[in-house]
Amino acid sequence: MTNVVLKHLSRRFGDHLAVRDLNLEIASGEMVAFLGPSGCGKTTTLRMITGLIQPTSGDVLFDGESVVGIPTERRGAVMVFQKHLLFPTMNVADNVGFGLKMAGVEKPEIARRVDEILELVELPGLGDRKAHELSGGQQQRVALARALVVHPQVLLLDEPLANLDANLRITMRHLIRTIQRELGITAIFVTHDQEEAVMLADRVALMFDGVVQQVGEPNSFYKRPATARVAQFFRNSNFLPGQRTGNVVTTSVGDVEVDPDLVPEGSGHVVLTVRPEEVQPVLDGSTEGNVVPATIESVIYMGSYTQLEARIGDETWNVQTSAAFMPKDGETVMLRLPREHLWIVRDDSSEEGAVAS
Amino acid sequence: MTTDVKDTTQAAPEYIEEKEKPPIATRWARRLAIVSILLAVGLPMISLLVWSFAFRWNYPDLLPSEWSMRAWSYVVDDSSRVLEGLWNSTQAAVLVTILAIIVGLPAARALGQHDFRAKSTVEWILMMPIIVPPLVATMGIHQIFIRMNLTDSLFGVALVHLIPSIPYFILVMASVFANYGTALEETARTLGANRWHVFRYVTFPAISSGLLVASMFTFLISWSQYVTTLLIGGGSFITLPLVLFPFLSGANHSVAAAISLVFVAPAILVLIMTSRQLSRESSVMGGFGKI
Ligand SMILES: Nc1ncnc2c1ncn2[C@@H]1O[C@H](COP(=O)(O)OP(=O)(O)OP(=O)(O)O)[C@@H](O)[C@H]1O
Ligand SMILES: [Mg+2]
Repeated sequence: MTNVVLKHLSRRFGDHLAVRDLNLEIASGEMVAFLGPSGCGKTTTLRMITGLIQPTSGDVLFDGESVVGIPTERRGAVMVFQKHLLFPTMNVADNVGFGLKMAGVEKPEIARRVDEILELVELPGLGDRKAHELSGGQQQRVALARALVVHPQVLLLDEPLANLDANLRITMRHLIRTIQRELGITAIFVTHDQEEAVMLADRVALMFDGVVQQVGEPNSFYKRPATARVAQFFRNSNFLPGQRTGNVVTTSVGDVEVDPDLVPEGSGHVVLTVRPEEVQPVLDGSTEGNVVPATIESVIYMGSYTQLEARIGDETWNVQTSAAFMPKDGETVMLRLPREHLWIVRDDSSEEGAVAS
Repeated sequence: MTTDVKDTTQAAPEYIEEKEKPPIATRWARRLAIVSILLAVGLPMISLLVWSFAFRWNYPDLLPSEWSMRAWSYVVDDSSRVLEGLWNSTQAAVLVTILAIIVGLPAARALGQHDFRAKSTVEWILMMPIIVPPLVATMGIHQIFIRMNLTDSLFGVALVHLIPSIPYFILVMASVFANYGTALEETARTLGANRWHVFRYVTFPAISSGLLVASMFTFLISWSQYVTTLLIGGGSFITLPLVLFPFLSGANHSVAAAISLVFVAPAILVLIMTSRQLSRESSVMGGFGKI
């Protein structure tokens, strides 16, 4: 049980600021996902937590104590690397048992626990194999087992499931989650797959260009994205600019009402958003409740739903509706932007008039 | 290796890697290579062996007309200084190898794994002894060694043997380190291994076959030094080449042959031992030494 605090953490490589003033508190036993596109500083942050690289400035605290001066091997933070690296001169069992051996665990006990964890990662009986005699996915699971078996205080996972097929991914996610919960391991899970982050983590920290954009529970990224870019990362690119007075936003396609209990206060220039799956086509001709006209630009039948591209004012929106709704290209339809799903994002394209935070 | 694979495939059938038999042409080519190597190395050795026992061997005869142990009794006699040379050569070569490991391993690691500003300069300086004849360097060093009282001694000779050998040692080891990278060591450290454990369980096993090759080079370079030993050893520290060379131009073929055998045998022994070791570590060296 260790609580991890990252305080004003920065790391510079030459001229490049890979991580910039990162502040995050991870509760004991919590699983946080670091999410972000390639090169945004996820691995660099993990390496600073393990002590494999030193921060340029800022601090890393385990249970309130700074660990910056403590060498990697005494921090108790085990990392599973992005490139699952097994020790090539050892067989699978020795690889998995390595951490236990370093901790001075007795041989029979090591053997027992290694067998047990190999069973859990669905590689029973492969203990005698050499690393190069395993497939990529098998190696990845061995690397995972090697980390889990030591019951680490802090577990850092750098895209540990990247090489697995869909089924194994689900099994391994489940395994990681179970062991992590059972043992109360504080875990950080790096991924660039937002679905994986949402599924696995208690909280998600989204990073762009070395800066944490938003930290919160998974659904907050869907319901309350801080900026347009965050919304886009979660596959919502529906934006509509307007002028806000009180609870009414005047847009190029008419007035739209926001819920004062949901969106923060403010006025002036704002950008509205609604997730694709929350936009509703209006079929009964009603114009009450945030109904706006839209021109259909494309219709893709996806089986269980219909994917529409619709022009609202100057913006192109994505809309997911029931498969029954099949408008034609170029047709003008009415769409409802439900008040309870309307959200205001900070417009990060032009910094003026930032509203939500 | 092969037997290992077979055993485990029975327990775990899902992923089987079988060693394929090479095609017939390859197998014959391999056999041909072995035979020609044996001939190339073995025939001169046999001829040397015959010579060393020959007393009279005139031109058209296939074998000597008279045999004798004269050459060999000369070799083992103290006055010939052959055994002394053998002992000194061995000492020097071993010491040079140890020094090369102590000095060269950290340097090779730095060159192979880290980027630093003066790196290309350092690499260039390291190449110098290969480009500039060691004789030139040795003449300069000779003066300094005299002042430091290092001439005529084992240690002095070993130091000067380092000049031609350490570039090879470092270049080989630097590429071994570059190949192997730092990620495995980092993995080990997050799993709780301190620096010594990392070296013992991770680094050393990974670089050991490369180290063997580099050490073998170093040993053999020292073993065959002549001019540097002559200058720094000042004639009082006698190694095998110093004993052997005067005989090569002399008329006594039998003695020259006997000393040559004494000179070549350890080198061949070292080669055979290391190549056997290497073929066992096939995965790391990718086939170096297994013919
Ligand atoms: N040792 C280094 N030297 C110089 N630059 C580095 C170094 N390590 C990382 N960087 C740079 O820092 C930035 C962040 O790298 P990092 O590895 O943390 O990205 P990441 O978020 O893990 O990306 P990915 O998802 O591709 O693994 C990148 O621009 C990278 O080029
Ligand atoms: Mg990374």
